Amino acid sequence: MTINDLAQACCWKLLAGEDGIDNLVDGCYVGDLLSWVMGRAQSGNVWLTVMGNLNAIAVAALADTSGIVLCEDAALDQDAKKRADMQGIPVFSCPENLYQTAIKVYEQL
Amino acid sequence: MSMLHLDYQVPGDDFTRAGEASGDVKHKLKKLGYEPDAIRRVAIAMYEGEINLVIHGGGGQAVVDVDPDRVEIALIDHGPGIADVEQAMQAGWSTAPDNVRALGFGAGMGLPNMKKYTDEMTIDSTVGVGTTVRMTVFPGRKQEGR
Repeated sequence: MTINDLAQACCWKLLAGEDGIDNLVDGCYVGDLLSWVMGRAQSGNVWLTVMGNLNAIAVAALADTSGIVLCEDAALDQDAKKRADMQGIPVFSCPENLYQTAIKVYEQL
Repeated sequence: MSMLHLDYQVPGDDFTRAGEASGDVKHKLKKLGYEPDAIRRVAIAMYEGEINLVIHGGGGQAVVDVDPDRVEIALIDHGPGIADVEQAMQAGWSTAPDNVRALGFGAGMGLPNMKKYTDEMTIDSTVGVGTTVRMTVFPGRKQEGR
């Protein structure tokens, strides 16, 4: 399914990177340590995190994740939003925590 | 001489610029038609290297040579050097300061990730002189499960 379909099913709010909303999702990864995520996340994973900085956008772009979900309404920095828009990396937010969000993703995939 | 030779200056202590060089390499490899797995491995390994240049090296140089059968990346800095390379290669070992950890880096996974995602890697380092990391990715060798 596309990350847009998943976002609608999970009631996530799009914050940036609209150009990438048709990216396909085939799995999920949860984590906040950027190098750990780069070492473990698979391409096509939707990445659940609370890291909304510029480096998180770079990690998502370089590791080919399908997009970022900022859980617990974690903030997306302004410069990160600009970069996500420029690179077409979809970033969503939701009020639920990482665990609750992962369950929702599991139910949809 | 390689098919494509790229040379980037990576500024020190500027995390907002890290990723520009690896992003550019990724873009160029895509245009050249390399397989996605190889592009992803090059991009991740090079980004980790760029972050190391920013955190530890005081900036440095990233040189990339692209050929049909291989992508070679050299990361060169004139920073403090690595006293114990074997220790630095251990997952979880880190000398990164707290402000770097707050950004989500400094987990001690940089060098292990670079080794994991590349087919060959060597580290030449002299304390007080600097460090050169050389990595090679062979596009044909898909690394299963990575």
